[in-house]
Amino acid sequence: MMNRFTTALVTLVGLAGAASAQTLINGAGATFPEPMYSKWFSDFKKLHNNIQINYTANGSGAGITAVTAGTVDFAGSDAILTDAQLKAFKDKQGFGVLCFPTVMGAVVLTYNVAGVSGDLKLTPDAVAGIYLGKITKWNDPALGKANPGVTLPGKDIVVVHRSDSSGTSFIFTDYLAKVSADWRAKVSPTGAAAVQWPTGLGGSKNEGVAGLVKQQANSIGYVELSFAIQNKMNYATIQNSAGAFVKPSLESVTAAAAASAKTIPDDFRVSITNPPGKDSYPISSFTWLLIPEQIKDASKKTALTDFLTWMLKDGQALAAPLTYAPLPKAVVDKEVKAIAKIK
Amino acid sequence: MASSAATVTPARPRGRASLLQRAFSGDALARALTFLAAATLIVITALLVYELWLGSGESRAKFGFHFLASSTWNPVTEDFGALPFIFGTVVTSALALLIAVPFGVGAAIFLAELAPPKLSDGMTFLIELLAAVPSVIFGLIGIFVLVPALLVIVPPIKDAFGDNPPFFLSGPFYGVSILAAGVVLSIMIAPFIISVSREVLLAVPRDLREAALALGATRWETTWQVVVPYARRGIMGSVFLALARSLGETMAVTMVVGNNPHIVRSLLASGYSIAAIIANEFAEASGVHKSALIELGLVLFALTIVLNGAARLLILATAQKGASR
Repeated sequence: MMNRFTTALVTLVGLAGAASAQTLINGAGATFPEPMYSKWFSDFKKLHNNIQINYTANGSGAGITAVTAGTVDFAGSDAILTDAQLKAFKDKQGFGVLCFPTVMGAVVLTYNVAGVSGDLKLTPDAVAGIYLGKITKWNDPALGKANPGVTLPGKDIVVVHRSDSSGTSFIFTDYLAKVSADWRAKVSPTGAAAVQWPTGLGGSKNEGVAGLVKQQANSIGYVELSFAIQNKMNYATIQNSAGAFVKPSLESVTAAAAASAKTIPDDFRVSITNPPGKDSYPISSFTWLLIPEQIKDASKKTALTDFLTWMLKDGQALAAPLTYAPLPKAVVDKEVKAIAKIK
Repeated sequence: MASSAATVTPARPRGRASLLQRAFSGDALARALTFLAAATLIVITALLVYELWLGSGESRAKFGFHFLASSTWNPVTEDFGALPFIFGTVVTSALALLIAVPFGVGAAIFLAELAPPKLSDGMTFLIELLAAVPSVIFGLIGIFVLVPALLVIVPPIKDAFGDNPPFFLSGPFYGVSILAAGVVLSIMIAPFIISVSREVLLAVPRDLREAALALGATRWETTWQVVVPYARRGIMGSVFLALARSLGETMAVTMVVGNNPHIVRSLLASGYSIAAIIANEFAEASGVHKSALIELGLVLFALTIVLNGAARLLILATAQKGASR
């Protein structure tokens, strides 16, 4: 009896010992890349049985707050880390935080217009005009000119936007701010997760926007590319800065980053909306992992740098099946060098 | 157990034993525990208000009372006002009560007074089940069933008024609207009204019914003139519960209200509610934006108190009228 008890106790202690040898890393933040991160973390755990990475998808803002406060080891963010946020981190922790692009996403314009079955082509002016409330009818010449041979109805455009603060809105408004002086003056000078929309109905999350567009005749709304692909929605072709009309796709999103690669700064805090290049889809963006510059726990540091290396080398191939656009080679190479900055 | 301790140790000083005995006897213990339970709730509420007050400091300092009167909500320029949200919250809840109270009280009267007991129990079970459905489900039903249905039903009604519909039916209709939110809310709060009102009606003493019937009243006269007035306070209580629920409802409202912070007199226009904007924007907010959202929470709290107070006064007034009759 006593013997058995001792054995059980020894086993328990042994198990506890094994558990404590495991490196546990916690992260929080953006919801958009959460399916990708789950896949990566579980695949990475298969290779490194002793590393457990947890990720809570509670929003980019919450993730940045948590990593600044030091309650998580890293954050995920869809929005570019602002100078103020970087400064807040430095003030609190005494060192900086590094941004690593992981995969790419894009915002697409989905529509429901009677009689338009094929591609709807939109110029940047048309997109801005619709969302500013200046273009109110589908048969507006600004739309007609880009769509020769398509009969657009003389109906009012029902504009749909996101009602919740989101990275998707950030990317979309960032794009509008770049292509429209009117947008900069009237709505937001840069990208913002929430703005005062000049027109339109608000739908909650991608599902809400998609639902409204589906229900309302003659409507247009914006959702994430991966959401649109998974739900087989139709979406517009957008004219890019080189003048070419580009269909949103994983390839054209990756092309946008490749075309911007030369101008990407060393800290990767950059918006790549409205990029150069004739193959680039113009409303594309990175999503980032924010990792503190200094990690005191050596096993955590090794685990995170190993993960980044693996994610950039092997992990990228897992992106496309989950409808995320992989990073172009130029960006991957640049990031591999940046991993050494983690001290 | 206390008594057995007293018999085992009779040497113990008498006064002390009885004090202990008294302290652990049922009455005092029950009193202490129930007081603790009640006090905890008060403390939690007080802490809630304190936190809301503290968190909204930045916004209160910047906007003052103008916050309540302004209808701007611009996260980019950090200019915030609560009026469109207060408007949306009050109008959707009022609409919900307008629909749910007659239906709910009617259903409760049927279930308590007129239906055969077996049918009544079965239906009550189903109705109480409805109260347990998560609000996101009601929101989805709103988006996928109610809104498309309204898009079919409302336009002919509107057209029947010709070119000049009444103000509450004016403007374009996209389905998602104050009207849709009010209807979804009414479905959500009706089970509360039905379930509580039925219990209250069933609790009306049998003597009263029998007395009324003996005086020659018909069944309906008994119900409407004796039973319902007797149960009025309880029925009103159920309406408060429903009102509180509809004021604070978040998910279902945000899914069908259109989320547009403007004030339009038409029920067909989109709107916004306090709970909905907090849910939509809180996760990504910081600085004054976050503070303004917390102040909206404070406003909702105050609004609930004011509306509940007003409703209580209303009851008091009607109760006096009833007594003097």
